[in-house]
Amino acid sequence: MGLEFLEGNEAIARGAMQANCNFFAGYPITPSSSILQHMLELVPQRGGVAVQAEDEIASIGFCIGAAMTGSKVLTATSGPGISLYSENIGLAIIGETPMVIVNVQRQGPATGSATKGAEGDIQFTRWCTSGGLPVIVLSPATVGEAYELTYRAFNFAEQYRVPVFLLTNKEIGLTRESVDLEAIELPAPVERARAAIDEAYRPHYFDQPTAVPAFADFGGEQIARFTTSTHDKDGYLAASPPVIQEMIDHYAAKVDRAADEIALVKQDFQPGAEILVVSYGITSRSAAVAVRSARAAGVKISSLVLQTLYPVPATALVSAMRGIKRIVVPEMNMGQYILEIERLAPSGVEIIGVNKMDTTLVSPQEILEQGGLK
Amino acid sequence: MNAAVETFLSDEIGPLPFCPGCGHDRLVKALDKALVSLQPEPNKVVIVTDIGCIGLADRYFVTHAFHGLHGRSITYACGLKLARPELTVIVLKGDGGCGIGGAHLLNVARRNIGITLIVANNFNYGMTGGQHSVTTPLEGLTATTPQGNIEGALDLCGVTIAAGAPWVYRGTGFDGELPDRIADAIRQPGFAMLDVWDMCTAYYLPRNRFGKKDLAATMERLGLQSGLLADRPRPEFGELYRQIHADAPPAPTAKPRIEAKYKHALARQTGIVIAGSAGQKVRSAAGLLARAGMFAGLEATQKDDYPITVMTGHSLSEIILSPERIDYTAIESPDYLLLISRDGLDKARGLLQRLDRSATVYAEETLELPVTAAKVVRLPFAATAKKIDRLSIGTLALAAMLHDGGLLPLQALEESISAVLKPALAEVNRRALAAGAALAGEAREA
Repeated sequence: MGLEFLEGNEAIARGAMQANCNFFAGYPITPSSSILQHMLELVPQRGGVAVQAEDEIASIGFCIGAAMTGSKVLTATSGPGISLYSENIGLAIIGETPMVIVNVQRQGPATGSATKGAEGDIQFTRWCTSGGLPVIVLSPATVGEAYELTYRAFNFAEQYRVPVFLLTNKEIGLTRESVDLEAIELPAPVERARAAIDEAYRPHYFDQPTAVPAFADFGGEQIARFTTSTHDKDGYLAASPPVIQEMIDHYAAKVDRAADEIALVKQDFQPGAEILVVSYGITSRSAAVAVRSARAAGVKISSLVLQTLYPVPATALVSAMRGIKRIVVPEMNMGQYILEIERLAPSGVEIIGVNKMDTTLVSPQEILEQGGLK
Repeated sequence: MNAAVETFLSDEIGPLPFCPGCGHDRLVKALDKALVSLQPEPNKVVIVTDIGCIGLADRYFVTHAFHGLHGRSITYACGLKLARPELTVIVLKGDGGCGIGGAHLLNVARRNIGITLIVANNFNYGMTGGQHSVTTPLEGLTATTPQGNIEGALDLCGVTIAAGAPWVYRGTGFDGELPDRIADAIRQPGFAMLDVWDMCTAYYLPRNRFGKKDLAATMERLGLQSGLLADRPRPEFGELYRQIHADAPPAPTAKPRIEAKYKHALARQTGIVIAGSAGQKVRSAAGLLARAGMFAGLEATQKDDYPITVMTGHSLSEIILSPERIDYTAIESPDYLLLISRDGLDKARGLLQRLDRSATVYAEETLELPVTAAKVVRLPFAATAKKIDRLSIGTLALAAMLHDGGLLPLQALEESISAVLKPALAEVNRRALAAGAALAGEAREA
């Protein structure tokens, strides 16, 4: 029992260790550098390896190599680093590499404001590499959730053999909060399914497109193959269009058709509400204050907070939209996730974005005023 | 004992795919011979490649095969080796890959990670139409240097030796000793590189009438040596890494956890801003206050603002204490503003103007304050702190605020000091706490 006073970045490192992460590589960048620092300290204590690489490309390259030996890997950066990770993220997708990637967002574009928060990388994370295939993106709102969602990110990475992003923000990463991590209930740890030793190993074998291929460690008993090139279920170069399409359908289906299992949302619905606030990340905390304040003033209003951003938790969103006439979407960017809401909302529903990108938090007052909640 | 492996090349996927006469064919077979002479378990070997014609080779071996992005093979190889040090990790890479991945080449040599790098150096990009690469000799004709190359050729061995590579060899695909030298390289515990020159029969050979004899002639023309160019073993990175961490003292036990022991007087969320200068331990003082609040059963948050150059300019911390969960972590108008330096005042000027009369400002008495609606308490924080320790000014100001405001008992701050700080620093801070409380007490009496 008792509380600790932790920043989000340290909670991420602790969540990774709780998930048995045993390999980390990263490159210093504000505001994520303290994750590197914590991992350099924590990982070798458990017999793993944590290194600072020469650049972001090497960071993720080291991680992909280590992940294919069976390690549970983490890397952490900020928006500019994700730009440099981009090509290797595609490699992790096509190679079905389980890995967790943290983006502690800062104000962009380009170098932007290194020490200031933002949430400008939402659509960038979903579409961060060539090919447009799905990834999983989780977004914590508090230091406690940074811990919990890092842990869950490892589970999703292992379960679906796909890169999983923890999309956080300087405003969580470098903000310290009183928190009791031990009181947070976590699901059982998930380990990637290993291939049976007595069969000839097929690195990308699946019977149904949604099935996740069993894994064999590089260096294990069976000979493993990994390739950046279009390949078949055996990991050999493929040029046949039907084979290529079958593999692409698989990469998409194993994530998209598991959307309901991956969906983590927090519902706070009020009967009879015709207004819904949809929020995520640090901004969901301003939304919570705004919703309480509106209710206190007699406005009926519901709130849906998304911890899973991608795959879009469409079932939860569509259900939350029933009977709703106005949806308010506050974001620390110029309007990104609102695109997903517009796509799903029934026609005739008014959708209002509350957007700001001046490095400061969207305030409860701004949500009340611009969202017409007063 | 298993029968000796006669070849590490697979018979399952057909003959090697290279153009007739291509040097890559010779190189792959030389690597096979080297492996046959070493007889490793195939599942303890990884062949790593990237993009380029030589990148087609990995899957022809009966070992693990890893084919990654252009120029990045060294990074995957390092990850594989660091995670599984018992593996033999061999990278086959082209001269093109050495250009785009130049940083990795320098850094693997510098770090000395125990992988073997074999560069299939044929002076141009064979896979994309014969464009010039970093190793195209001066005057060489390629698709992108039709008038002859005017860029200097990179001496791959020279740069890796300069970067610290312990074992470096240069030769050609025609050298009879090549399989033995590859085996030597694989035996090295540290990083080993072979720069193997050969011909691209599709592009470089026809464009330059570049035959077998031109390999040695070009080396001579460019003033480059062949043979074993470096052999100076030093401890391998992974080995050193495991050693320093095995020798490290056991991990510290979990950080002390904070249980509520004191009572607070907060009816609502309260914002406190400490505005000072870099070097005044502002962030540390803010952390002490936040933990003091936690010792009194409150929730706490802390956000810090400082320039990217941390040892100069302002340092400003925002602390929120609340009897309930803290959602919105920004302080638009603080209840308490502590101004302890000119830098802090300058940074907090806007904030100061927004304060209403319910707020209280505790200011170093020598600061010239703009007009504010807030209640202002001016005290000689700097002069008092100087008598104890200049760096204790934050704690001193906090103690004055707590003494006056009654938000939390001063014992909670003292508890926080004892829990967080090392004994000597804790003692300094306890004295600052007492001095701060005394200042506030005297001011009140006066």
